[in-house]
Formats: sequence, C-alpha cells, structure tokens
Amino acid sequence: MSAVTARNLWKEYDSDVVLENIDLHVPAGEFVTIVGASGCGKSTFLRMLLGEESPTRGELLLDDAPMPAEPGPDRGVVFQKYSVFPHLTALKNVMVADELAGARLTGRLFGSARRQARERAMDMLQAVGLDHAADKYPSELSGGMQQRLAIAQALMKDPKVLLLDEPFGALDPGIRKDMHALILDLWQRRGLTVFLVTHDLQEGFTLGSRLLVFDKVRHDPQAPGAYGANITYDIPLQRQNPALYDEVRERVAAAEQETLKESTR
Amino acid sequence: MKRIINQTPNRPTGLALGLLPFVLVLLVYMVASAARLAENPNDPLLPSLSAMAESFQRLATEPSRRTGDLVLWVDTAASLTRLGLGVLISMAMGLMVGILTGLIPYVRRAFSPFVAVLSMIPPLAMLPILFIAFGVGELAKVMLIIFGIAPFIMRDVQQRVEELPTEQLVKAQTLGASTWQIMLRVVLPQVFPRLLDATRLALGSAWLFLIASEAIAATEGLGYRIFLVRRYLDMETILPYVAWITLLAFTADILLRLITRYCFPWYGGGRSR
Repeated sequence: MSAVTARNLWKEYDSDVVLENIDLHVPAGEFVTIVGASGCGKSTFLRMLLGEESPTRGELLLDDAPMPAEPGPDRGVVFQKYSVFPHLTALKNVMVADELAGARLTGRLFGSARRQARERAMDMLQAVGLDHAADKYPSELSGGMQQRLAIAQALMKDPKVLLLDEPFGALDPGIRKDMHALILDLWQRRGLTVFLVTHDLQEGFTLGSRLLVFDKVRHDPQAPGAYGANITYDIPLQRQNPALYDEVRERVAAAEQETLKESTR
Repeated sequence: MKRIINQTPNRPTGLALGLLPFVLVLLVYMVASAARLAENPNDPLLPSLSAMAESFQRLATEPSRRTGDLVLWVDTAASLTRLGLGVLISMAMGLMVGILTGLIPYVRRAFSPFVAVLSMIPPLAMLPILFIAFGVGELAKVMLIIFGIAPFIMRDVQQRVEELPTEQLVKAQTLGASTWQIMLRVVLPQVFPRLLDATRLALGSAWLFLIASEAIAATEGLGYRIFLVRRYLDMETILPYVAWITLLAFTADILLRLITRYCFPWYGGGRSR
C-alpha cells in the first residue's frame, strides 16, 4: 500500500503543454479511475506514475519520496496489449518474476527453488482463474485470459501501486464484467493502490473508489498546445477503501465477540 | 464464375502445379539435348541426363586419378566448412551487435550508423583487399562471407529488437529485471527465431560469396571445381554440380525452417501480428 502525491505537476513537450499544475493526493488503498477525452494527458499521467516519463516541473511523490525515474517492481502495470511475453507459457510468464529475483545472472531457477517459484505461480494463476491454461502460450489464450495473465504477472512482485492502462478496452462486455469483479476482488483482498485509465465513462464511474476527470480548462484555438489539462472533477465513489473496510470489519467483529462473550456469561 | 483471385487449387492440383515448371524445364532440356546430340554425339554443351548421372556417380564414388580423393565429397566438405564457419560467425556477430544496438541507446548512437555504412560496401569489391590482408587461404573466404552477410544480419536483428513493444520492456522492469536480464530473458529468446529467418535470407548471398572466392583462389571446393572444368566446357560436371549446390542450399533452408518451427512453437514467423 502506498500513497501518491502530485504537487504543482507540469508536463510539457517542447511548446506543447500536456498537463498543467496538477495537485493531487491519493491515500494508500484508493482505487482511482481516470477518464478523459483522447489526448487529455491521462495516459501521460499514468506513464509518469510508471516512471517512463518524468515531470517537467513540480513534484510527484510515492510515499513522500520522489517517484523513481524508471519503472520498477514497486509499481505493477497492465497495458491494453503486449503486457505478457509471447515466448513464455502462462505459467512461465508468472514465474518469471521470481526467477529474475532469484537468479540475477541467469534469470533462471533450478531444482527446489524452481519448484517453489512454480508453486507460487500456480497459486497466482489459480487466483485469477487460469490454472487450467498454465501450459498455453499467450497467443492460444483469449483476450480476457491474456489480461488475467497480465494481472497475475503484475501481482507477483506485490507492487504497492497497480497501474492499469485501459486494460479492458479490447474485451467483450460480458468478459469485461468478469474482469471488473476480478480486479475489485484483488484490490480489496490485497489492499493495493490502483490507478485505472479508461475510455469507458461507465467503467470509470462504477469501478473505483474515486473518479478523476482530466480535461483542458482553457483553449486557445490558434495554439492548441498552449494549455494543458487539469483535473476538472474529483468525485468520491461508493466503493470503500479496503483499509477502512478492514478497520470497520475488525471493529465490528471485535464488538460482536464482546457481545457474544457477554451473552454467554 | 468466381474472380480468379478467389479461386484456390485443391491439394493435388496445387502439387501438380508446383511440379509443372520443373517438368517443363526438364522436358525442354531433354528435347534440346537430344536434338544437339543427334547432330553431333560429342557435343559438350547439352549432355544427356544419363551422361550427367554417370559423371556425377564417377565424381562421388571413384577416387580421382590425380589425387586419389573422392572429388565430390572433398569439394562438398571444403565448401560447407567455409560456408558454415562464415554463417555461424556472422550469426553470432549479428546477434550480439544487433541486440546491443537495438536495446541500448548509447550503443545504437555509437555503432548503428557505422554498421549501416559497412553494409553498403559491396563485399566483392572487398575481395582483393581480403586476399591481400588474409592471404589466399581459408581465412579470406570465410571473411568474405562474414563481410557479405554479417552487416545485414546485424541490421535485421537490431530492427527486430526495436520492434519489440515498449510495453514488454516496461513490464519486465516492473518485474524487477536488470538490463542484462531483459536481454537474456525477454529479448534474446524473442529475437532468436528472427535471427534464423534473417540467416535463411542471407544464405543465398553467402553461397554467392563462397563460390566467388573459390572461383578466384582455391584448391578444392564446389565453386573451385565448376570454374576449373569450365575450361574444358565440361558441362557433364558443371550441371550436376550446380544441381548439387542447389540441393544443399535448399536443404539448409528447410533445416532452418524446421528448427524454427520445433524450437519456437510460439513464433508465427511474424505473420500472426
């Protein structure tokens, strides 16, 4: 779990301003959905969270420390496509995280270490409902299964922040619903901080605990790049913060215990 | 009647159509050869098929009167060794240079233009230089093949590496991979089948350079032999040799395809995407 803070954040490419003066605090455990028109900078913002891009001005903080300037294991990611490795089977796609950590030089594990990694990966595949397809290559999986695999792979490093860049954009509506259920379940059980960029306003409104809308406030028709986008709406949604949910659940459970004890006395 | 672009032959028809040009060429040759031989039985230009078969058998099974060697096999071994060495070294160089220039911006900036210029040098123009520098022995011939195909393979591999989706490289980094690990576990296995493809395409040029260098300076080899017997208009040797070289090249091509298919089942030859 991890908090993300932006202070006076600007992103410019030469004379084109993409994002201007973003101020944002996202506490740990929040599920933030980000919507906006094409080219409003929502993907740029996600890439900055990922470390692929760095801010032109201002600060972007992860747990009060500056965001690392390159992608790393503390931030997991799922893209719309190309998220998994086509040359590895589903199981190996998930195992690869442990293999990379366990063998810095060869990137491969052997013997008991390999069996352990395999078991951990199988558990993860089971969690996303892909245990039956462990030995298939990504090209043999459907779009929805590929995205499940990408999520499983991203969660193996126990990232503090999970970044989702239109992960369900290419899926059929029915499958998309299943994926929503999966990601919500994982979010609540693992206490992740999630950022999800989407084109689908409905998805943005129903999925998370907080909705951000990126849009340009000012327009100059003579110079379309003169002004950048800002957060125009910041809407709290119905879903509970899982930390808060856990806290309440524990309190309630404790209180129930108390009353139980009292009644048996 | 369907448009002709929508008509596809069934399997046996397709096979027959594929064989048709071969049969036609063979027939034309046989008719022409018979016509010439009818006029002059000693005509050397278009020997009959049986004469060529006899000559080929002699070269393959009877020791040469001068050296005592089985000429065909000595030539084949010499040529394949040169070709194999040249191609393997080119593949190794292509893989290393291609991956480094494709993946690491500093290396790309430093070497990519150099490799591009290098690949523009006509390799055959380098041949005299190679003979002067490395002598007329094996080294110069292998070097010519390397000069001829390594830059092409390097550039092809570099391009394949650059074509890998950025998403994959980012994903690998979020899984904690170092640059070395990304090369080893993400780039290398994905580029290897593409290296085999590039090699397959380069094999034709490799044969060209091999035969060119053998024609100029060698004491054995397939190219040496056909250029040697050319002086006597010995078509009975030249034609079977050309057919033999073609067969070897064709076999190498098929072998590379099979290796790709069995070792990299996930690879669709770049067609699926």
